[in-house]
Amino acid sequence: MRSPSPLRAAFRQALGEAWAGGAGVLLPIGFFAGAAMLVPFTVGSEASQLSSIGTGILWVALALASLVSMERVFQADLEDGVLELWAQEETPLFLVAAAKIIAHWLVSGLPLVLLTPPIGIALQVDAGALVPAMLAYGLGGLAFFLWGGVAGALAASVARGGLLISLLALPLFVPTAIFGALATIEGPGGPSLLFLSATTLFALSIAPFAASAALRLAVD
Amino acid sequence: MIRAFANPHRFMALSRWLAPACLCIGALLMVWSVWQGLWVVPQDDYQGGDIMRAMFVHVPSAWLAMASYMGLAATSLIWFIWRHELADMAAKSIAPLGAAYTAMCLATGSIWGKPTWGTWWLWDDARMMSVLVMFFLFLGYMALRAAMETRQKAARAGAILAMVGAVNVPLIKFSVDIWSSIHQDASVLRLDGPAMPPVYLTPLLIGGLAHMIFFAGLTMMLMRAEVWGRRGDVLIARKLSGS
Repeated sequence: MRSPSPLRAAFRQALGEAWAGGAGVLLPIGFFAGAAMLVPFTVGSEASQLSSIGTGILWVALALASLVSMERVFQADLEDGVLELWAQEETPLFLVAAAKIIAHWLVSGLPLVLLTPPIGIALQVDAGALVPAMLAYGLGGLAFFLWGGVAGALAASVARGGLLISLLALPLFVPTAIFGALATIEGPGGPSLLFLSATTLFALSIAPFAASAALRLAVD
Repeated sequence: MIRAFANPHRFMALSRWLAPACLCIGALLMVWSVWQGLWVVPQDDYQGGDIMRAMFVHVPSAWLAMASYMGLAATSLIWFIWRHELADMAAKSIAPLGAAYTAMCLATGSIWGKPTWGTWWLWDDARMMSVLVMFFLFLGYMALRAAMETRQKAARAGAILAMVGAVNVPLIKFSVDIWSSIHQDASVLRLDGPAMPPVYLTPLLIGGLAHMIFFAGLTMMLMRAEVWGRRGDVLIARKLSGS
């Protein structure tokens, strides 16, 4: 029997990991909601104050939650030897890396985006603005996951590399965070949404190659 | 030209006298520029009186912070393409120095900012934010290298990260500029006031040159230490294998 192509295997495996032990998909959601919940306790509960910082809090929570389960994305493949097989396949490794990261974003990033309206409403953000803002959170989250994927690939061979991943990835989040926050304030018509998409496309064009170079290093 | 510099024997012979010479000349010029800055040049009321004398440490360290990240990216690229071990040693040596210079730039900037801007830290200033992000890039680079098991892996991982960071730095700079132009507080005293008179400019430029020469000397010293460390490893390995 012919084995499935590495691209499909990587994609399906990443989707399957969402429900594997340790509740992959629930972990980032819990972290995201928990981090946002802590904010009213620390900055005060006045509605005017919360509504002015609510969209920004969602960005911070999204950036941090995107890194929660990044450690296992490539480390598990390295440990069970799948990565070594993928590196020998004809399919370019950067495509496998991209499939892996995008599948991981689908199961751990997209649910966070769907969660932004209820949490935003709880943070007193104008409800009408939250639905168009989901596009910005989705685009920005994809960029976070791509840079996080590079960091995760670099730290794949490092035991307990979770904190290392955060240190590597967070500086790369800066442009996306800036344009994302501006885009959610401006609304869908403003130029910042275009800049935000540009940072995501930039990440999409560089991160898979950097991640595959890092994965080859982890395999050697 | 790269090939000529890539020979470790030639590097060791050259740096044997060049590194201490750079350190001495750099230190002398640094002392001169700081002496000029602290005691000789007149105080400038526009920049907040005596506190502007911090400039003679602050501005050179900002230049060196930028230059060291470019140096890190360039040596990483050279190592990644040609695998010249000296380029990797240079990258490894530049990282802690660059982190120290970015930290010094931020610290002196805060000390200068407190009396003139009335605050230790100004999130609105694009340059401060860019330097802060660069500081974290240096820290991440060092942490990644330290976490890798072997020297070869540390070199490869570090080079990938340094190059990813380098393509991101212009984007970070651009986005921070846009962000701060929206937030910019009009009451903030602008640093780029009138054109700088030569009485300040000369000690400043000499100070910048001094820090560059000193930085080059320190980098060579660290690279020499790395070469000696690797020679020691080879000797230990030989002894253990019993030949």
